[in-house]
Amino acid sequence: MSATATPLRPLRRPPRAAAESSLFLGHGRLPRVLVGIALVVLTIVWLLPFVWAIATSLQSAQDAASPGLSPIKGALTTGAYEQILERGNITRWALNSFLIAGLVTLITVAVSTLAAYGFSRGTFRGRRVLLAVTVASILVPPQLLIVPLFKQMLLFHLVDTYAAVVLPQVVAPMMVFILKRFFDAIPRELEDAARIDGASEFRVFLSIVLPLSRPIVSAVAIFVFIGAWNNFLWPFIVTNDADLMTLPVGLATVKDVYGIEYAQSMASALLAALPLIVVYLFFQRRIVNSVATTGLGGS
Amino acid sequence: MTTTAPPGAEAVTGPAAGRPHGLGRKGLSGIRAAKGPGLVFVLPFMLVFALFLVWPIVHGLWLSFTDSSLALRATTFVGFDNYAEAFGDADVWTSLGNTVVFTAISSIPLVLIALAMALLVHSGLAGQWVWRLAFFAPYLLPVTVVTSIWMWLYQPDLGLANQFLDTLGIGPVGWLSDESVAKWAIAALTVWWTVGFNFLLYLAALQSLPQTYYEAAALDGAGAWRRLWSITLPQLRRTTALVAMLQVLASLKVFDQIYILTKGGPNGTTRPVLEYVYDVGFTGYRLGYASAVSYLFFAFIVVVSLLQLRLFRQEG
Repeated sequence: MSATATPLRPLRRPPRAAAESSLFLGHGRLPRVLVGIALVVLTIVWLLPFVWAIATSLQSAQDAASPGLSPIKGALTTGAYEQILERGNITRWALNSFLIAGLVTLITVAVSTLAAYGFSRGTFRGRRVLLAVTVASILVPPQLLIVPLFKQMLLFHLVDTYAAVVLPQVVAPMMVFILKRFFDAIPRELEDAARIDGASEFRVFLSIVLPLSRPIVSAVAIFVFIGAWNNFLWPFIVTNDADLMTLPVGLATVKDVYGIEYAQSMASALLAALPLIVVYLFFQRRIVNSVATTGLGGS
Repeated sequence: MTTTAPPGAEAVTGPAAGRPHGLGRKGLSGIRAAKGPGLVFVLPFMLVFALFLVWPIVHGLWLSFTDSSLALRATTFVGFDNYAEAFGDADVWTSLGNTVVFTAISSIPLVLIALAMALLVHSGLAGQWVWRLAFFAPYLLPVTVVTSIWMWLYQPDLGLANQFLDTLGIGPVGWLSDESVAKWAIAALTVWWTVGFNFLLYLAALQSLPQTYYEAAALDGAGAWRRLWSITLPQLRRTTALVAMLQVLASLKVFDQIYILTKGGPNGTTRPVLEYVYDVGFTGYRLGYASAVSYLFFAFIVVVSLLQLRLFRQEG
């Protein structure tokens, strides 16, 4: 598909400053200084909203609402965070988000790896047709499904349940396609050897294919998790009960109630941002590489 | 986990390969043909696929030919009435125009800035993880976090944007309330939020470029600009085609941030097609009509993707 879609090859580490940098930039000093300045300026612009939000969240409500260009206008206080945590909604929504994103990831990865392996190695009838339909469905924008899916949930009496939030999110034809491409590149000899030794098909899958596919499976899992954690439209439409809401949906509902209290608004936004930022810091290399490994990554 | 595969594999390959009689080449391929994962492996996926993707698509298509409503009453078949109505509906055309404008003013910077960021980071200056974190972190934020932060930045009296203009002696701007400004303000927020993903795609492409050209250029004494224009950018053309295509498709489907920030206002000037579908279907209860509009929009997206494919194929 492109230079980025080479599934098996592990990515090289980021360039070592000395060797590749001089190949890329030449030996002059000026290009290096200009690149440095541009990077610093862009980084400041990109971090500024975070810095401003953090500063505001550490102010009292009155200080946050006083004018001035300096983000810190009065004494620092964690009052906004305490008030939000006391109210308890946000911890409830965070738990819901973890539960829902976790379930979506678990089911999607299980169902998609099995299917991808079946498509990659299977010889059963109808395999080609089913695969073609799956690949074609990648083009369908998920928003097209919102209205009929909602009717379907009404029909199943599932509106305002975890099942309604989770189940429609586990269909990931793109992920099946990415995994299948990876399985196709694994040599068959290992599996055939195990088969001759009498291992069942499921056993072959679990103890040979999956361990060999850890990088791609974790890449898929990370992107499914990020997608599910951040998904807004579907959970927003299918949940009205505040106890079932995910973080993004819950935050949208409180916005109207105390949107004027910017210290609290920023504190809750930052609390909601924290989990994935922490995940990123832990898995930085893996996330960066997985964009390359999967070729496309997210939904 | 990883260590189990190679030794186990050796153990099973050993006897099979060393077996002098019994299974010859023919026998081995015979077993291969007979076995292999069956339909069972594909079934769980096919089940959820049929239930939550195929059914809604078919059902939605049916709905678009009815006057189905969220209100409880009998549904009747209306043929192509919804489609005919959609073509004459000024709101459909306005929201389609808004969507196209948003796609243009967001996609172009989303591709160009991502490319610039990747080129700068790939130059190999120290502090790699800082640059990557700064550019990619916003992509990890849920939409409501992004809108909360930017609503505060765009706040008319106290927000950073207007406070900054104030120190320059420029009067306050209604970032989200001024008809001529709101779409730019939303595009800026979208660029900040999602540029990180394109940035990573470009970075991965840059890291897989062969070194040989650069080595040759170094021998020839080509300067940094020359390398950029004659080596790097030409080799990134396929990646740019991919990034641009994905970006246009993503931008066409915009809904979340606009719905939360402006509800399509001021005066419907930022309302995208998908918000019109939502308004008609869930606020106006007309599910049948909403389905018809979304199927027309789907057809539009398919046409746009086919045009893009042709365009890029000619380029390549």
